[in-house]
Amino acid sequence: MINPQLFQLICFYAFATVTVASALAVITLRNSVHAVLALVLTFFSSACIWLLAEAEFLAIALIVVYVGAVMVLFLFVVMMLDIDQEKMREGFVKFLPVGLIVALVMLGEMLALIGVRAMHARVLGANPATEAGLSNTAWLGHALYTDYLLPFEIAALILTVGVVAAVALTLRHRGGVRYQTASQQVAVKASDRVRIVKMAADTNYGRTPAPAASEESK
Amino acid sequence: MLTLSHYIVLGAVLFCISVAGLFINRKNVIVLLMAIELMLLAVNMNFVAFSRFLGDVSGQVFVFFILTVAAAESAIGLAILVLLFRNRSTINVAEIDSMKG
Repeated sequence: MINPQLFQLICFYAFATVTVASALAVITLRNSVHAVLALVLTFFSSACIWLLAEAEFLAIALIVVYVGAVMVLFLFVVMMLDIDQEKMREGFVKFLPVGLIVALVMLGEMLALIGVRAMHARVLGANPATEAGLSNTAWLGHALYTDYLLPFEIAALILTVGVVAAVALTLRHRGGVRYQTASQQVAVKASDRVRIVKMAADTNYGRTPAPAASEESK
Repeated sequence: MLTLSHYIVLGAVLFCISVAGLFINRKNVIVLLMAIELMLLAVNMNFVAFSRFLGDVSGQVFVFFILTVAAAESAIGLAILVLLFRNRSTINVAEIDSMKG
């Protein structure tokens, strides 16, 4: 029987390797569609790493929101636009050394700043949600709907504004197309549709009316 | 045994990869947007790790808000990108200079 802590560590290293490798693939792949798929893999394996930290709700939210919605949006846009891949690659080799140097220097600085050795003693403690007798989702939900209620509502507002902005930006009115105007359709009155014209009855036509006709008029 | 440093180092590595991505893909706006998403993921990784380590729920709440804002940001960013491609038929950053000041 394998030690659960060792198993956790093995899982972490496996998922971290996949995450870093696919993140590298995102920035180096030639084809944008492949890059988006690599980004999906990055998000998926990071969600697994968050599961190891027992942040279950956020892990699932990452998969549902990012992999399910945002990445599909990226994929749609990438496939919709006809991009000259070769032209986009110009300057890749030229900027590669600069990018590598900046990234490596930054990584060195960050690791020095974090103080990896000192941090290594800090073991992740017991799960605070379990200690409170709650699941991770309930723990997060309690905070969201009490202390963070106003920011939560503002987040909803931001999403609405985002949707409206995205639709308003890409909406295109073509000439020569007949649209329905719903507001006009709803606001229409009977008098706009039917015109009742008063006419004098033509009493002198033909013979006197038959009794059957007077039956009808009742 | 999983420690805080595991998560923070992973976050730092992801962040540096995305910075390198911003440098070497200076022409393609789509890859630039993806690098920004990667950067936000690196930040979220730190938030989750510290939230778990300190036993504080605020870290995870912030990740939630970052996810929300990032989703709205990428939706609007991609809408602008589609609009740009429709009008200029290019997404090359070097050619988008009509507002140079």
